[in-house]
Amino acid sequence: MSSLLSHEIGYSAPIEVHNHGFSPYVNNEGTSLGICGEDFVLVASDTRQSNGGYSINARRSPKAFELSNRTVIATTGCAADAKQLVEDMEQRAQYYVHKHGREMSTPAMAQVLSQLLYTRRFFPYYVFPIFAGLDAKGKGAVYNYDAIGNIECVSHYAYGSAAALLQPFLDNQINKAHQRGADTTAKPSRAQAVKLAIDAFTSATERDIYTGDWLEIFIVDSEGVHKLTRELKHD
Amino acid sequence: MSIMEYCGAAIVAMVGKDCVAIASDKRLGQQQLTVDMEFQKVFPITERTYIGLSGLATDVKTLHDRLRMRVNLYKHREERVIEPKTFTHLLSHMLYERRFGSYFISPVVAGLDKNNRPYICALDTIGCIDSSSDFVVCGTAATNLYGACESLWEPDLGPEELFETISQTLLSSIDRDAMSGWGAVVHIITPSGVITRDLKSRMD
Amino acid sequence: MSPILESAAGFKFDNVKRNQLLSEKGNAAPRATKTGTTIVGLIFKDGIILGADTRATSGPIVADKNCEKIHYLAPNMYCCGAGTAADTEFTTSMASSQLALHSLNTGREARVATAMTMLKQYLFRYQGHIGAYLVLGGYDVTGPHLYTIHAHGSTDKLPFVTMGSGSLAAMSVFESRWRAGLSREEGIELVKDAIEAGIFNDLGSGSNVDVCVITRNNVEYLRNYVMPNERVEKEQSYKFAPGTTEFIVPKPPATLSGEEEGTAMDVSA
Repeated sequence: MSSLLSHEIGYSAPIEVHNHGFSPYVNNEGTSLGICGEDFVLVASDTRQSNGGYSINARRSPKAFELSNRTVIATTGCAADAKQLVEDMEQRAQYYVHKHGREMSTPAMAQVLSQLLYTRRFFPYYVFPIFAGLDAKGKGAVYNYDAIGNIECVSHYAYGSAAALLQPFLDNQINKAHQRGADTTAKPSRAQAVKLAIDAFTSATERDIYTGDWLEIFIVDSEGVHKLTRELKHD
Repeated sequence: MSIMEYCGAAIVAMVGKDCVAIASDKRLGQQQLTVDMEFQKVFPITERTYIGLSGLATDVKTLHDRLRMRVNLYKHREERVIEPKTFTHLLSHMLYERRFGSYFISPVVAGLDKNNRPYICALDTIGCIDSSSDFVVCGTAATNLYGACESLWEPDLGPEELFETISQTLLSSIDRDAMSGWGAVVHIITPSGVITRDLKSRMD
Repeated sequence: MSPILESAAGFKFDNVKRNQLLSEKGNAAPRATKTGTTIVGLIFKDGIILGADTRATSGPIVADKNCEKIHYLAPNMYCCGAGTAADTEFTTSMASSQLALHSLNTGREARVATAMTMLKQYLFRYQGHIGAYLVLGGYDVTGPHLYTIHAHGSTDKLPFVTMGSGSLAAMSVFESRWRAGLSREEGIELVKDAIEAGIFNDLGSGSNVDVCVITRNNVEYLRNYVMPNERVEKEQSYKFAPGTTEFIVPKPPATLSGEEEGTAMDVSA
């Protein structure tokens, strides 16, 4: 019996629902940090991209981006989502310039990022951003977010696969709690912040298998955004 | 939640110049609930070998008791004090013996051998020895400790320098671990004796 | 001697019921240190060359940066281990003891096939629960032999082998460059390159390359043959000034015997 005939007599095979197990999220691992100075901010990310297994997708896939000449963003989580989020941010910044004839202030942009994340409250971007820039008075500000837009202004922060390795070290060197006679409110100098970022990442590379390959550091000061690159271990 | 995260602990050992240090927090918890703020996790085994036991508190007590018995037996049979490396292998075999029903303990050993050479190592729950020439860590704050140690530790620290480095490492690490803290204790083992000091930390 | 003092041979199962109960209550069992590993072996003109990386991992964290994965079995035999670190360590050391006794009993050097059979029978008995994945190489009276032994007890005898999470990376090097009759230098270079392929392309493998060359009457263990991953110097020193950390000297100091000082027992009346 031909299939045509079977159709004519009204027989139809039961429709099978195939579940291909599509998972919309992937954690591409890697690490980002932000450090706030008096008149500068620093964000740094490694460039290794993997997917939670034992393989490397890419050795040079940046996670930190320059948004304007006074703001930068460093991400971790899903690289595809991060790319889309950064493009959203750039578009919103452009639109503001066209509409108002001037650049958006850093706190305003920080707020925009929070709102962008919250618009997707029930199907979030799987991204953990650290946003940093100089405010209207030229003072540094670092903000960190959860994936759905909760915002916090901090002196320093680490996100990603080596966050737990970096955070205590940064706390120790920047907050200086538990250190007799130390100035617990002083912010690090620019040179000191760069050193801390490099040492934090070389340390993280030693112990976290998902962190490595290259380190990209963005420093924002009154002159604009400066980028530094360091080679990390590749194993 | 893993049974290894049930009680909470942060233990670290470091090598210095002709000395070793071992330090731990003091919290005992039942998951989020703090039960004791003076819980001993680091124990002397000989005059110059110490052990830190992280994991399930019942096994901390049990294993410490059994180790004490085995070390005393060794002392009486051999008529000498057990070396840190020998002790580590004794411990390793005790853990691997229970490969299919393990103690929920990951220990850290620190000591000076008979030639005053520093010896430190960590073991997993089934007795795999990870010996190191710089530092070893265990407990719920292990990842925090790894990061802090990797940056703050440097070679050839004297006893007082080693005290500062291990204390700062531990205090910074337990501040970022909800399961450990509530004070800390540091032992610095030197050829001339052991220096024991208590540290204050956040009580939250 | 009482059963408390003298431990019986073999595994103990006294914690099993308790641990089962705990895991039924939702407390997951701990994870052991794994050697997400690259281990290799090949036959060259004069014998066997074994190679291994030196990283041991616990989840995504490196537990040991320079561990030894090429284990001694007998004077003419070595064995690389991948899988659960404790299992490879204890399985090979147990096999090593038995081989030593076997040689003493027979008055001969043990054969590689004997070691292979001992290991596979032991692992098969535990149905894969002992997670040891081994590359066994040695030179005996019948010549050079190279085996792989899987945790379930299956074995292969091949001229070049790789195992562990970096086995694909390493095998790609072997498949493109191995040939019969390699010289010692060529063989070591090929093993080094295979391990390095694992070190750099497999996240479970890392740090240094260990090599072991086994020939008719000689073994050369080249520990840390190359070290391509030494840490760069730090940007600054993080030494703290003396007196930085506040402390209290506790009273009383920890007692050696561990016995608590309590009130004396009431023995009156």
